[in-house]
Amino acid sequence: MQPTTQAVGKGKISISPDGAKEARDEIMDEPHKLGSADTKREDVCPSKKGKLDLESVRAQIEAAADEKAGPEYWRSLEELAGSPAFQEALHREFPKGASEWVDSVSRRGFLKVMGASMALAGMTGCVRLPLEPIVPYVRQPEDVIPGRPQFYATAMTLGGYASPLLVESHLGRPTKIEGNDQHPASLGGTDIFAQASILGMYDPDRSQSVMSMGDQQSWQALLNALHGPLTAQKALQGAGIRILTPTISSPTLADQLRGFLKIYPQAKWHVYEPVNRDNVLEGAKLAFGQPVETRYDFEKADVIVSLDADFLYAGFPGNVRYIRDFAKRRNPDGNMNRLYVIESTPTTTGAKADHRFPMRASEVEKFAHNLSSHLPVNPPTGGVVGDNPGFAGPLVQDLLAHRASSVVIVGDHQPPVVHAFAHAVNQALGNIGKTVFYTDPVDANPINQAESIRDLVSDVQTGKVDLLVILGGNPAYDAPADLDFANVLKNGRVPLRVHLGLYQNETAELCQWHINQAHELEAWGDARAYDGTVSVIQPLIAPLYNGKSALEFVTLLSGQADATGYDLVRAYWQKQHTGTDFEAFWRKSLHGGWVERTTYQPKSVAVKNDNFGWKWATDTAIELNIRRDPTIYDGQFSNNGWLQELPKPMNKLTWDNAVLIGPMMGERLQIKTCDMVELELNGRKVTGPVWIQPGVPDNSVTVTLGYGRTRAGRVGTAQGFNAYALRTSAAPWFASGLQIRKTGDRYVLASTQGYQSMDTPNGDHRPLVRETVLEEYHKDPDFAKEQGEEPAPGLTLYKPYPYKEEDYAWGMAIDLNSCVGCNNCMIACQSENNIAVVGKEQCAIGRHMHWIRIDTYYQYPDEAARDRDNPKAFFQPVPCMQCEDAPCEVVCPVGATNHSSEGLNDMVYNRCVGTRYCSNNCPYKVRRFNFLLFQDWVTPQYKMMRNPDVSVRSRGVMEKCTYCVQRINEHKIDAETASVREGKQIKVGDELQTACQQSCPAGAIIFGNINDPESRVSKLKAQSRNYSLLGELNTRPRTTYLAEVSNPNPELKA
Amino acid sequence: MNDRYKTTVDAEQAPVIEPGYTFGTITEKISSIVLTRPASNGWFVGFGVGFMLTMMMLYAIGYLFLKGIGIWGDTIPIGWGFAIVNFVWWIGIGHAGTLISAILLLLRQSWRNSINRFAEAMTLFAVACAGIFPAIHVGRPWLAYWLFPYPSTMGVWPQFRSPLMWDVFAVSTYATISALFWFMGLIPDFATLRDRSDKPVLRIVYGMLSMGWRGSARHWHRYETAYLLLAGLATPLVLSVHTVVSFDFAIGIVPGWHTTIFPPYFVAGAIYSGFAMVLMLAIPIRKIYRLEDFITERHLQNSAKVMLATGLIVAYGYGIEAFMGWYSGDRYDAFTLWNRLHGPYAIPYWSLLTCNIFIPQLLWIKKLRTSPLALFLLSGVILIGMWLERFIIVVVSLSRDFLTSSWGMYYPTRWDWMIFIGTIGMFLAAMFLFLRLLPAISIFEMRTLLPEAEVKE
Repeated sequence: MQPTTQAVGKGKISISPDGAKEARDEIMDEPHKLGSADTKREDVCPSKKGKLDLESVRAQIEAAADEKAGPEYWRSLEELAGSPAFQEALHREFPKGASEWVDSVSRRGFLKVMGASMALAGMTGCVRLPLEPIVPYVRQPEDVIPGRPQFYATAMTLGGYASPLLVESHLGRPTKIEGNDQHPASLGGTDIFAQASILGMYDPDRSQSVMSMGDQQSWQALLNALHGPLTAQKALQGAGIRILTPTISSPTLADQLRGFLKIYPQAKWHVYEPVNRDNVLEGAKLAFGQPVETRYDFEKADVIVSLDADFLYAGFPGNVRYIRDFAKRRNPDGNMNRLYVIESTPTTTGAKADHRFPMRASEVEKFAHNLSSHLPVNPPTGGVVGDNPGFAGPLVQDLLAHRASSVVIVGDHQPPVVHAFAHAVNQALGNIGKTVFYTDPVDANPINQAESIRDLVSDVQTGKVDLLVILGGNPAYDAPADLDFANVLKNGRVPLRVHLGLYQNETAELCQWHINQAHELEAWGDARAYDGTVSVIQPLIAPLYNGKSALEFVTLLSGQADATGYDLVRAYWQKQHTGTDFEAFWRKSLHGGWVERTTYQPKSVAVKNDNFGWKWATDTAIELNIRRDPTIYDGQFSNNGWLQELPKPMNKLTWDNAVLIGPMMGERLQIKTCDMVELELNGRKVTGPVWIQPGVPDNSVTVTLGYGRTRAGRVGTAQGFNAYALRTSAAPWFASGLQIRKTGDRYVLASTQGYQSMDTPNGDHRPLVRETVLEEYHKDPDFAKEQGEEPAPGLTLYKPYPYKEEDYAWGMAIDLNSCVGCNNCMIACQSENNIAVVGKEQCAIGRHMHWIRIDTYYQYPDEAARDRDNPKAFFQPVPCMQCEDAPCEVVCPVGATNHSSEGLNDMVYNRCVGTRYCSNNCPYKVRRFNFLLFQDWVTPQYKMMRNPDVSVRSRGVMEKCTYCVQRINEHKIDAETASVREGKQIKVGDELQTACQQSCPAGAIIFGNINDPESRVSKLKAQSRNYSLLGELNTRPRTTYLAEVSNPNPELKA
Repeated sequence: MNDRYKTTVDAEQAPVIEPGYTFGTITEKISSIVLTRPASNGWFVGFGVGFMLTMMMLYAIGYLFLKGIGIWGDTIPIGWGFAIVNFVWWIGIGHAGTLISAILLLLRQSWRNSINRFAEAMTLFAVACAGIFPAIHVGRPWLAYWLFPYPSTMGVWPQFRSPLMWDVFAVSTYATISALFWFMGLIPDFATLRDRSDKPVLRIVYGMLSMGWRGSARHWHRYETAYLLLAGLATPLVLSVHTVVSFDFAIGIVPGWHTTIFPPYFVAGAIYSGFAMVLMLAIPIRKIYRLEDFITERHLQNSAKVMLATGLIVAYGYGIEAFMGWYSGDRYDAFTLWNRLHGPYAIPYWSLLTCNIFIPQLLWIKKLRTSPLALFLLSGVILIGMWLERFIIVVVSLSRDFLTSSWGMYYPTRWDWMIFIGTIGMFLAAMFLFLRLLPAISIFEMRTLLPEAEVKE
């Protein structure tokens, strides 16, 4: 293929470069006059002006026939003749700004121009299956049945850890991410980042071509450019080559990188990721003398003590499985566990705790030290230093009472010594091998990343680096502030800098070459889950913009220019495979979603018998606590509209990070929510808005990373403030000595829930989330029903519909005890139901579109004490209640919302004229209105992404949760077909899941047929904890809640 | 014949028409405004302002159609904002016109004769202003006709359980009857204008409008019958229209809406604001066109008394709402009351109480009842108060209902204001046109007030 490409590549000069340039220049000069691109497009259209090289066309057709590698359909001979030239020409059709968007002046206007582009318009009509055979998850008929999706097992990685996925694909277009229910790391659940990755793949702002110094280049030009420097390095054994990667768990990629290092023995492989696990690694080294991975089995844990570990939220390795295991033990009728959380900033994990103790991050070490002096830790740590908080004694007793069935878990940002302490405690309690397991590290190159990037910078500054290859990541933005990585790249000490990435981000801007990376849904690869199990990453679609994966690029650096990702992964596993039938093994690995016998077996390690070297600080200055962001992580998801608009679980903020300050401290400093403050830490300054956040410990301030991007894309650029500016390699997670100054400015923060209490200002308490403690529950299992009055059935003026006589009556039960507030259902729903993103301004005034939301309520346990820095928090997912006596239905003047015989409150979008009366009359306020044209009807990528089974709503129409009626109908049709085939009635059973239910890692949402007493939902609704939200209104909601029961330590009663 | 034609001058009361007029002078005085008086600069300025505001409204509506409801401050949970507030307010204002022309006619309150014509015009224009809002406030206004029960090929009917549906009938009936009633009353005067006009064009136009009226006894007989019949039809509408409008809220389950007191309290409120608007119009008109002899102190006093009475009914309504908030024991109603008094919208609520209850108590003072300036200002206060009342009912109730998680705030945008102020402009422009083109006071009915008209048997 290559020679042909080259030939045509040269020929591209004939395709009116001037016209293209002119068009580009014009757009650059007058970016608002985008309409002019239409007229200019004619000039650059290859079919009008380009000369056709018939020879190459012929060659291509032949090549295509031989290899089956060419496009199967083409619109013009040019397209067939050569991809680079044609792609180039196509790309030129975009005005220059299209692929390097700078700001958000007129996003919609711009999208319209983009939409007019022939290239992508063509794409929507084509099947873009990857060329290599990928294997469907379940046995399917030989041909794809149009309208029926297929599911493929694959994975995506975050921080190197794989999330095993099943991806729904409609005619070659991936549309929805599900968890791989057979994989131990998922069991069907996912996290928000996995759910939202589908939007990331279709993001039109992604880098779309190889770029050099602001110009588009071909892949071949890159090869040529790298050829010289690589040859030169060969003589030096690669002494000038540095490769910087994020955390990698891929065996194949690690193998390729090691292979590269064999060719260039003096080259170095650096690893850096801003949210890294250096402390965990160092802690393991401190305790065991070797890096090990710690794995927990929360299903067996009766008592869990978390020292600042947010293990029930996305981003913590294994969180999906941990949530499932944890939730299984939250059944008050079973053997309920008890969770203590000592934390430095409010998290969902803390909200689920039976006992939550706020504590400044720097004090956790001292607390750990004092705890260990009460525990049979070897070596003993000496006496208690200072005062021990009152809860320490009962906590220790509880741990001692649960030897071999407890877990002490430490957050990634706590210093190594606290991790070492946890290892020692877990060992002393006999938890190892029972609830805590040690395995080989998942990270393929477990080195200290802070040191690694520091070494890299010092090498650069001493002029040792000639070629820097950055494989993904964005160090110019997220490297420690003291290293000033952006300047290191800028000052030109490195002659050649190459960046591979999904976006032309801050780092790409500072590199001479940028290669557009293929998304994980577009490329072959492999990765390890938290337990070491390898998943082969199968592409769901051929790369939208012909991107390359890191694997392919490393192979290219090693000199094998034409190796495809498929070949590489397959070859690697062929090498690893010891059995006979590789083909069967390969197919099984692909369709199952993981490679057998790759799960790490527990290792036996022993804690070293020496002192860990405690060294906590004792100052009382204000502490800065830096955390990954709950929704956009470290900034890599900042251009993802779903995640930007996903309310952060504890304060429901969207589109911004904030300086989180506790209520007491805010009062003392006279700072209020939305005040702008300047934070200064050791001379580094940053300005951001304040959010008064209950639960933040006094004298501590939390900021989250990932915002303040300068080159993220249309969605993420310039949102929030950049907390990396305060983050140094010495103190990446918390530091003392912060100064706060009010600037006097105010800022608009968009929170989707302004009022977060069930107590109204007139002193009333509304029992929205009903809760009690385990002891009380055993005494009075019906407490939830007693907290509200529900009228007897049949008390209605309208004739009750005989739902009992129908085959199906759909209902839902949401177990508030299981729900960990992870937000996953919201993204899953957004993806399944084509829900629009509305932007910050609209969110700020309450026009967000989520069909299911999670309400967070704070409750102060003791009103007299006013312990406002430590309230209890509750989560309540609220989808449409599908009321049997629905207040929305009676008031619609056009009958656009009606009740189905199966109890669904159906919404007829086509009939809706948009009076909004239904929403006014909905006591649950679950209806969402398209106040403006929120949906993007233009961008072709989004057209490909949408679920074809769900209509895309337009302006002026009300919408709301449908219980995923498209899924219900699909299953009903299947059941009916099966009934006809089998000659007996087959009913839809519990295999039917709504999108929120399917993605829920906790299994908190159960949906099904309440007419079937054997269905899971019927059984849940029969429990004594079951109650209707606002049941006193006689709406008779089909969605009901199981009340929350906590299990506090009786010794610790207030 | 009966009391209707009685013009006995009560010693204590001001007369409904000052003495000294004859059939001829009345006709001359009223018709001259239309036929002979040149349009003053003031008229052009007034009409111009109204016209420009109307254009501003049309611009805002155009932009609304282009972009969607999102340009307004409406949001979730406050799905209805200014549009519905203004709708209810305008509809309410219209009520006084119908009350004066129909109910007072049936009750034989002859003093109504000098104000009924422009009160009816006011009704018509107010209903027109009100009618704009339901049509434009829907998300897809091009489909607003789906609210009408037209024979659709899809066989789809409106949903008759919805109060919005009832609104459609109530308001469209009201608009039709008001227009007919007004036109009917104008026919004899059209004939007068036809006969008195010296411009051929006007003669033709007024001639066509007068529908061949010659003033024969048979004409008068039929006219009287038809007019009484229409008055009989319009009378229940005074009560029903605002009752139905109040159902929009009372049928809903939102705390602050779901109240049985709403129908009478809405009707009283409507008449309250309607009379305030009548006075706001009558006082300048009588001054500018020197009609003090026809619209006398007695009219002002009577209107003030009606306002005082309806204002007390409205106050009773607030009282009952507050009482029920406490007495029902319903936590949501109790909170709604608290929220009105102390919540984020406490200032509008206290202003409402001040405007609608406290200040209007000044009307007990006779001196103020007879002072045109004081009445004009008081009427303005009442109109603001009644607008605030609708704001409190629509917006504040919605802003904080059942789930505390879904509480929100409503902030009107400039588009909300442009359309609201635009309707006031449209109302003014229409009134100015009306004053120039039609007799603002019923000529023939005024003539019946003269002692000469009294038929002695």
